[in-house]
Amino acid sequence: MTLSIDPQKTNNESLQPKGWLRYFSFSLDHKVIGIQYLVCGFLFYLIGGTLASAIRIELASPMSDFMPRDVYNQVLTLHGTIMIFLWIVPVVNGAFGNYLIPFYVGARDMAFPRLNAVAFWLIPPSGLMLVASYFVEGAAQAGWTAYPPLSITTPQSGQIIWILSVLLLGGSSIFGGINFIATIIKLRRPGLKLMQLPMYCWAMLGTSLLVVLSTPVLAGTLILLSFDIIANTGFFNPVLGGNVVVYQHLFWFYSHPAVYIMVLPAFGLVSEILPVHARKPLFGYTTMVFSIMGIVVLGLVVWAHHMFTSGTPPWMRLFFTIATAFIAVPTGIKFFNWVATLWGGKISINSAMLFSCGFIINFVFGGITGVALAQVPFDIHVHDTYFVVAHFHYIVYGGTVFIIFSSIYHWFPKVTGKMLNEKLGILHFIITFIGFNLCFAPQHWLGLNGMPRRVAEYDPQFQFVNQISSLGALLMAISTIPFLINVLLSVRNGKNAGDNPWNALTPEWLTSSPPPVENWEGEAPLVEEPYGYGKEISEQK
Amino acid sequence: MTTLDSSKGIQKNNSKVNETHEDFRMFGLITFLIADGMTFAGFFAAYLTYKAVNPLPDGAIYELELPIPTLNTILLLVSSATFHKAGKALLKDENSDSQKWLFFTAFLGIIFLICQLFEYFHLPFGLTDNLFASTFYALTGFHGLHVTLGTLMILIIAWQSRIKGGRLTSQNMFPLEAVELYWHFVDGIWVILFIILYLL
Repeated sequence: MTLSIDPQKTNNESLQPKGWLRYFSFSLDHKVIGIQYLVCGFLFYLIGGTLASAIRIELASPMSDFMPRDVYNQVLTLHGTIMIFLWIVPVVNGAFGNYLIPFYVGARDMAFPRLNAVAFWLIPPSGLMLVASYFVEGAAQAGWTAYPPLSITTPQSGQIIWILSVLLLGGSSIFGGINFIATIIKLRRPGLKLMQLPMYCWAMLGTSLLVVLSTPVLAGTLILLSFDIIANTGFFNPVLGGNVVVYQHLFWFYSHPAVYIMVLPAFGLVSEILPVHARKPLFGYTTMVFSIMGIVVLGLVVWAHHMFTSGTPPWMRLFFTIATAFIAVPTGIKFFNWVATLWGGKISINSAMLFSCGFIINFVFGGITGVALAQVPFDIHVHDTYFVVAHFHYIVYGGTVFIIFSSIYHWFPKVTGKMLNEKLGILHFIITFIGFNLCFAPQHWLGLNGMPRRVAEYDPQFQFVNQISSLGALLMAISTIPFLINVLLSVRNGKNAGDNPWNALTPEWLTSSPPPVENWEGEAPLVEEPYGYGKEISEQK
Repeated sequence: MTTLDSSKGIQKNNSKVNETHEDFRMFGLITFLIADGMTFAGFFAAYLTYKAVNPLPDGAIYELELPIPTLNTILLLVSSATFHKAGKALLKDENSDSQKWLFFTAFLGIIFLICQLFEYFHLPFGLTDNLFASTFYALTGFHGLHVTLGTLMILIIAWQSRIKGGRLTSQNMFPLEAVELYWHFVDGIWVILFIILYLL
C-alpha cells in the first residue's frame, strides 16, 4: 500500500507560523524541531552547569559551608538528571538527529512528523517540572540513579516529581527512537543503499535500537519505585521483603545502554566532521558500521559491571567483566579509524576540527579508565569514589559535549547561513579543553586515594587537589562566555557562509543555507559516496 | 561520486511537490510494540528474580485460584479470533458484519475486565501484603490497563466502521489493522503472564 503525501496536509505552510515564532509552535518541520531541541537543551545545560559550579564551589573547602548538606544532595541529583536527560540525550539524538537524518536519507521530513513534535514538546514541561520541584519541598536527593532504599526514605514529593519527569523524558526518547528507525530504514530515497548512508545514520540507527529496547525497562522500574514510595509496597524495600539489587539490575539495564545512547551519536557526528576538515574519505567505513552494531549488541549485556560491589555472584562478575572488556574492541576500531582518517589528510585547524580532536584525546582517556573499571579487583577498590566521576565525565563531557560543540561549529553555517567567528571559537576550545582537563584529571587521583563521591564533606588532606579541580570548573564556566557571544553576534552579523563553506560532500550541503522548508528545490540528490574526498574532485565541481 | 540530479528540472514552489511513499505506520507500530513488550519483559524478569531469590515470610498467602484466569485466557483468545473475523469482513466490504464482530470483541474485552476485577475483590491478599501480592497486582494491573485501552480503541473503530459516514472501508484498513495487531499483542502478553504467574 502506498500513501500519497500531500505537503499541504502534512506540513501545512500556511498554518505554520513564520520567522522566530515558529520555534515556539507545534511545528512539524524537522529542522525547526531540531533547533528547538538544541536551544532548549542548551538552556538546560546552562542550568545544569550552574549547579555543577555550585558543587565545585562547595567542594573547594572540606566542610559543607556553601550550602547545607541536603541542598548539596538536591543540587547533585538535579545536576546529573538535567545534564543526562535534558541536555545530552535530547541534543545529541534529538537536535542533530532531527536536523540531519532526513537530509542524509534524502527525505523531506521525518517518517512521523507529528510524533516528532510531540516528542519534543514533552521535554520543556518535564524539565521545568524537575527544576520547579526544588521549590516545592526540595528536589530529589537520591542522585540520578535514584537507588532505593535512599529514594524511598528521602522526602517523597521531590522524588515523585523526579520519577514523573524522567518517565515523560523517557517517553519522548522512545517516540524519537521509533521515528529515527522508521526514517532510516523506510524513508530512504530510492536508489540509496544502506551501506551508502553517512555514518551518523548508522550511529542513530544503533542508538535508536538501544532506546527502544532499554528505555521501557527503566519506565517499568520507575513505576514500581513510585508504588514503593506512594503505595507502600515493598518491591525494592528490604524492610518489606523486597530486593534492592533487582532495582539496580533493572536500572542499569537501561542506564548502561544510556551511556551508549549518549556517546554513539557523538561517534557518528565526529565521523561526519573529520573527513570534511581533513579532506580524506572516512577510513574503514564497513568496520565502522559493524563496530556500531557490535557496540549495540554488547552494550545490552554489560550492565552489571556497575554492580560489582552489590553482592553479585562470582560467575556474574566474570561474565560482565569479559563482556565489558570486549566492548573495547569495536570502540578501539573506531578510535583507530578516526586517527587513520586524519593521517596524511589536508587538515584545517578550525574550531570544529579542534573540538573533534579534543574529543579523540579525551575519549581515549575515558575509554582506558573504562576498561580499568571493568576489572573486578580494580573496581572494588575505586567503586563509588571520584575515579568513577572522572571516568564518566571524560566520556560524557570530554566525549559527547566536545562533539556537540564541534557539531555546532560545523553545522552553524548550514542552519543560519552565517559563519561563526573562528578566533572566538578557538578561544572557546582552548579554555574548554584546559578547564575540562584541569577539572577532571585530578579527580582520578582523588578517587584512587579514596575520596568518596556524592558527599558534601571530605577529608582535609584532599583540599588542594579539589581546589585545582574547582579552578578547572571555573574555567569551564568561563568558556561558555565566548561561545555565547560568538553565537549571538554571528547569527545576525556573521560572514555570509554560502551554501557549502566547507566544500563538504554529504547531502545537507547540497541545498541552500538555510535550507528551504522541504529541504530541496526539486528532487533530493542521490549521494552515493558521502566521503569521496580526494577522488574525482574535478568531477564533483 | 556525487550526482546532483537536476535533469528533472527544479520546481520552484515546494508545496507543489507531491510524492508517494510506502505506508510505514505499521512499521512504527511494531517498533512501539517491541518497546512496550520490553516493559513487560522487565516486569517478568523482576517477578522471576523475586521468585528465585526472595523467600516470602512465613504465613504469607500466595495461592491463586485457576478457574477465572483460565476463563480469561479463553476469552482473550476467542476475542483475537473474532477481531480477525472483523478484519476479513471489512476487506470484503461487509461493513455491518465487521461492526458486529468488533462490538463482540469489545464485549469479550469488557467481560475479561469484569472477571479480572471479580478476581481482585475475592483474592485473600491486598496490594501491600507481601512481595508476591505486590508483583501480582502490578503485573495484572499493567496488563489490565492495556486491555482497557484496547477495548476503548475497539469501540472507537467499531463506531468508525458504521456504514453511513464511517471512516473505515476496505480502502482504509489501517486503523483496524493497527488495533488488531495491538490486541493480538495484548493477548500474547496475557498468555505469557498466565503461564508465568499462575502456572509456574
